[in-house]
Amino acid sequence: MALPASVREEPTRAQAALTEPPVIDLHGLSVSFGRRPILKNLRGDLRGKAIGLLGPNGAGKTTLIHTLLGFHAPSAGTAQIFGMDIINQTKQIRSLIGYMPERDSFIAKMSAVHFVRLMGELSGLPSEAALERAHEALFYVGLGEARYRRLETYSLGMKQLAKLAQAIVHGPRLIFLDEPTNGLDPPARLRMIKLIREIRDSGHAHIVLSSHLLLDVEECCDEILILKDGEIAVYCNLEEERKSNRKFLMLETRGDQEKFVKAIQQLGCEYAVSGDHRLKIVLQEGVEVRDLYRLAEEQQVQLRRLSYKRDSLEDIFLRAMENGYGGL
Amino acid sequence: MAVYEQAYKPYKGILTPEWNRFLILPRHTLRGVFNSKLFTAFYVICFLPLLVEAVLIYLHHNVTALAIMNLNARQLIPIDGSFFQTFVVVQGAFAFIVALLVGPPLVSRDLRNNALPLYLCRPFSRTEYVMGKMSVLLILLSWITWVPQLLMFLFQSYLEGFAWLKGNLWIASSIIISGLVWILLLALLSQTISALVKWRIVASGVMLGMVIIPSAFAGIVNVLFQTRWANIISLSGLMYNVTAGLFGTFDRVSGRIQISDFDDNVVREVLLLEPPLWCSWAALFIFSAVCLAILHWKVKAYEVVR
Repeated sequence: MALPASVREEPTRAQAALTEPPVIDLHGLSVSFGRRPILKNLRGDLRGKAIGLLGPNGAGKTTLIHTLLGFHAPSAGTAQIFGMDIINQTKQIRSLIGYMPERDSFIAKMSAVHFVRLMGELSGLPSEAALERAHEALFYVGLGEARYRRLETYSLGMKQLAKLAQAIVHGPRLIFLDEPTNGLDPPARLRMIKLIREIRDSGHAHIVLSSHLLLDVEECCDEILILKDGEIAVYCNLEEERKSNRKFLMLETRGDQEKFVKAIQQLGCEYAVSGDHRLKIVLQEGVEVRDLYRLAEEQQVQLRRLSYKRDSLEDIFLRAMENGYGGL
Repeated sequence: MAVYEQAYKPYKGILTPEWNRFLILPRHTLRGVFNSKLFTAFYVICFLPLLVEAVLIYLHHNVTALAIMNLNARQLIPIDGSFFQTFVVVQGAFAFIVALLVGPPLVSRDLRNNALPLYLCRPFSRTEYVMGKMSVLLILLSWITWVPQLLMFLFQSYLEGFAWLKGNLWIASSIIISGLVWILLLALLSQTISALVKWRIVASGVMLGMVIIPSAFAGIVNVLFQTRWANIISLSGLMYNVTAGLFGTFDRVSGRIQISDFDDNVVREVLLLEPPLWCSWAALFIFSAVCLAILHWKVKAYEVVR
């Protein structure tokens, strides 16, 4: 019996995704400022629709984006974006990229529509097309009514949206968003997150989202790259990472916890004591919750609370900061 | 990405050629510059000397007008290289004021508002950025310096005849070269100061100072040491010599000082020699190279803290 078209199509799409050049391909990329190494021998290919770039302050997130944009020259190695080299094909790459910088950036004495139009024209759009798309981009990000106002008069949230509008006006294939929710109040942050997800779901552009806010990345990204001291600590697919054996039990106990822990150890389960009466347990195959109840009864320990948990991005991040296991 | 659709869509239309994208900057900037009525009024005033020049040329060729004014053609200033040089110098002064008004905020405003990454993350290089910003001044200043002077030259040629044009083509080339050198210098100077100083008023002050202070200092040194060599540090002095050289009016001996004894007998005569022309050209070249080096150093998407 023939498979339905949709099912038959799946492997083809997956194969196509693998044969296509990766969004970003890192070939031992290193960047130094003077004698200070900032990025150290980064390797791997990033293929996600939305890639979250995480790391503590000074980990090299912004430097990585700037290097990919051609602002800093690599001290060793190179990288490719859509198969194009960042050293030799900077202009071609830049025509496919939109960039929303972290810092407050705008051109003074200009209305938002004039600003976004100018940015569109510099990206290669003819004047009329740039004007048309500037209006559309500003409406899209929610600044339609304020588009004739000068940028200096904008609030911080509005300036962030204007920066997003200039990053997407030319319809880039890859958008770098550097801390897009910085300084936004909760409603403005939600709006920004919604826009990023919409762009991601449109399927027309890949997104690299650099943030130190885990929640932002968790809400928008399907892959994460965690940098630590200029090195890749983790690169993983967020959903797969969650699905893999990261399901664990959170227990709250009363009684002789030491004995109970030993008994769990004998069962062959991984555990971690987190707090006075709290335990994190990863159940091994063949071990069930009823075994824990039995052990508790034997050790005369009360189980006050028992809940299933999955690894959150915070757990992955914290573990990366402790170990840096490198997912690539 | 239509307004009513509110969805993200890529751009699939044609793209403009890359070679002339730097001209986008002057187009947008000049619109803002002429939004100021005060500046527009001043820019119109810049054309008044040209009107005088046109009238003088016209009078030379209109016997009726001369008769009405009771003037003889010989009483008028002759129309030759010196005539055009005078007006080139006058227009050069106006060009300086225009550069002073327009130039300083061009780069400094972008630096103050961190706008450089927005320009440079596009298929738009640092060189194109500097060229674009300089073109703002080059276009503005061309319209009040060498372009109208060249039109005046053609006007004179039209009235005087082809023979005059043929014999004086060197004047046209002098007008073009001196005009271009001066406006290029002004554009470079203002862009460099603009890249170094973030505040417009301070940048304007520095630019004014860059022209006035070395000239004043050179004047003092010239008087004290009975020389003209100090003009080598004066931008206006250098430019004056170069212009004079181009119009064939340069004379190294720009003055004489007679030293007398107590009985007023001239004991010695000191010739005040201007630096040779090649020195003036070399000084201007070095000055331009320094400006370009500073622009190369300052115009970056981000400053790297090493």
